[in-house]
Amino acid sequence: MGKRVGIEVSLAVSHAVMLVDVDVIAAYPITPQTHIVEHLSELVADGELDAEFIPVESEHSAMSTSVGASAAGVRTFTATSSQGLALMVEIMYIASSLRLPIVMAVANRALSGPISIWNDHSDMMLSRDTGWIQTVAENGQEAFDLILHAYRVAEDPRVMLPMIVNLDGFTLSHMIEPIEFLSREEVNKYIRPYRAPLRMDPENPITMGPVGMPEVYTEAKKAQDEALKNSKEVIIEAWKEFGDLFGRYYSPVETYRMEDAETAIVIMGSLAETAMTAVDRMREKGKKVGIVRPRLFRPFPAQEIVSALENVNNVAVIDRALALNGMGGPFSFEIRSVLYDSGLHPYIKNYIAGLGGRDVTVENFTEIASDIEKCSREGVKPGYEIINVRE
Amino acid sequence: MTNSTVEAIQGIEKIRASNIPVVEPLSNGHRACQGCGEVLALRLVMKALGHNVIVVSATGCMEIISSPYPQTAWEVPWLHVAFENAAAVASGVEAAYRVMNRKGKINQPDVTILAYGGDGGTADIGLQSLSGALERGHNFLYVCLDNEAYMNTGIQRSSSTPYGAMTTTSPPGKKSIGQMTWKKNVAAIAAAHEIPYVATASPAFHIDLMNKVRKGAAVKGPAYIHIYSPCPTGWRCDPSMSVHVARLVVQTRIFPLYEVVDGHWRLTNKVKRPKPVIEYLKTQRRFRHLTEKEINKIQQRVDKEWEELVKRCEY
Ligand SMILES: Cc1ncc(C[n+]2csc(CCOP(=O)(O)OP(=O)(O)O)c2C)c(N)n1
Ligand code: SF4
Ligand SMILES: [Mg+2]
Repeated sequence: MGKRVGIEVSLAVSHAVMLVDVDVIAAYPITPQTHIVEHLSELVADGELDAEFIPVESEHSAMSTSVGASAAGVRTFTATSSQGLALMVEIMYIASSLRLPIVMAVANRALSGPISIWNDHSDMMLSRDTGWIQTVAENGQEAFDLILHAYRVAEDPRVMLPMIVNLDGFTLSHMIEPIEFLSREEVNKYIRPYRAPLRMDPENPITMGPVGMPEVYTEAKKAQDEALKNSKEVIIEAWKEFGDLFGRYYSPVETYRMEDAETAIVIMGSLAETAMTAVDRMREKGKKVGIVRPRLFRPFPAQEIVSALENVNNVAVIDRALALNGMGGPFSFEIRSVLYDSGLHPYIKNYIAGLGGRDVTVENFTEIASDIEKCSREGVKPGYEIINVRE
Repeated sequence: MTNSTVEAIQGIEKIRASNIPVVEPLSNGHRACQGCGEVLALRLVMKALGHNVIVVSATGCMEIISSPYPQTAWEVPWLHVAFENAAAVASGVEAAYRVMNRKGKINQPDVTILAYGGDGGTADIGLQSLSGALERGHNFLYVCLDNEAYMNTGIQRSSSTPYGAMTTTSPPGKKSIGQMTWKKNVAAIAAAHEIPYVATASPAFHIDLMNKVRKGAAVKGPAYIHIYSPCPTGWRCDPSMSVHVARLVVQTRIFPLYEVVDGHWRLTNKVKRPKPVIEYLKTQRRFRHLTEKEINKIQQRVDKEWEELVKRCEY
């Protein structure tokens, strides 16, 4: 195992892509993703990575080109953010239904409008039902490791689904962090050469993307749903193997100081690190607060979330996106839904935080913890609140 | 003209009446309407290309009629993704083949990559992805099957619908003569990308069409072929007249046949004694409402465009 190197997280992501010896990269610039593909183009230009780098004319074409390349049987990579992801969504649905193991990094950014280049999770939420497996990185090391994991899982013959690694735009993608790289030899122990079970090949012709008449559409969708659900086992297995090889173990849901917690903060992404600082301070004062952080977003780790929240009274769900339907943030709907089905009935409140790059501080988390405890004690009707709104 | 383009074009195995390929990579049993000129054109394209090919299809009539799962009319690998992105998908397939061959993962250097789309999928919604793929120089052939409207969704106008034509979104009425705009010239747009090979073709001139397809596949780099494709269902004409209509459109100089090789324009059918446009227009009920005045206007436009084309070909 190598020593730690201080490097911008975007470049670490590109480095991971190089280590798996990707064949085709489709790239289109958008902030804050751009550094990832810029660095890949350098690696290709310098001959360190033997790949086709295709500077397409839009993200729609980035996704379409990735689909074409993956259908032809090669390992592919692309990356995007926000508006770019929105443009891709049409083809993302098709990529997952064609069962193509494309890997994509998404440097999460707010959706227009108003136009904002800054971080939140509205793009992640936009793509949540596209049938892609999605993981969410908390720090640079995770971003690097999750890219390797993504290739391992996506290309597993039991899975064959496309996969997104989410990382917060700027607040993670542009940070310089100490990252422990792996060598090619090490990566080769984990990632095998890709062999597509079916591909576009004149020597073995197949029809891909035919019309789904009403007699088959439902079955096709059910099969896809099953495949996504079943992928969880492989996702976990691949994390275990990663840990056994390299010493870093990952799980679908991370918990922090949850042992005897009465209040849980449920959150995804790098903001959890700020929440951890807040929890440490609250714990010093004897407040029983912990954190539940799904690392796996799709398939939704319902069971792990339920077990993590089994013994709490209050659940503060932090959404980094607002669903414009008058009911709060999309992440909270999912947490509410799994808790309802499990028969657990903690007090749940949804906090919409950090939209379009709005700062969320350690104090915000201590306030959230106090607020939910108060609301729960006083029996305030549960709902959602957008925090840090300037009056 | 570059040596490599000339060599590639001269190197093709020319098709003549005596050696028309018997292969049918797009086999029968598909569900196209009777007399469909689009499927005839596509069939000819496939005869010319044979089996060492990967086909990328845009959404549209030719996708729907050839692939209702679990059936398929395709004997060659065929990939349909969406409406507007056939050229981008083909870019990915082509890049994948290039890199697999380079890395020694396969040894299939001669696979032809064909992308096709209708006029809507090419001239309108797919124009950007087409332009991107042509500009980037992928080694592939793009064929536009131009039936002059969005047929798959029920005969709506596209930018390739000719002036005066009736469609379901360009209906003639008190304040309209039908389509009010002149047909977009996508072949000229493709040629403006300075790619090695651009051509127009009509299934009535089937040997010419097939040879152009072979040339397009042979050159290194992008090639674009715009094929006029009669649609009796959408044009309201007799299905038995499709080939006749496809011949008349050339004989009236409405749809000139030409080639652009490395930027050099050349008429491939000089139409020495052109017929008046009315002879073509009267074969289809989509033009039935046109007055003499409008028909004269169309004639003038056709004459002017022909003159400009001839000038281009003289250089
Ligand atoms: C993004 C998108 N918009 C619209 C459609 C609906 N649509 C499917 S096929 C088609 C018309 C195709 O017209 P054209 O490309 O001319 O092909 P044709 O059917 O005439 O052969 C349309 C509008 C679609 N499938 N996708
Ligand atoms: S509608 Fe026209 S183009 Fe479509 S299958 Fe029928 S005849 Fe062919
Ligand atoms: Mg059409």
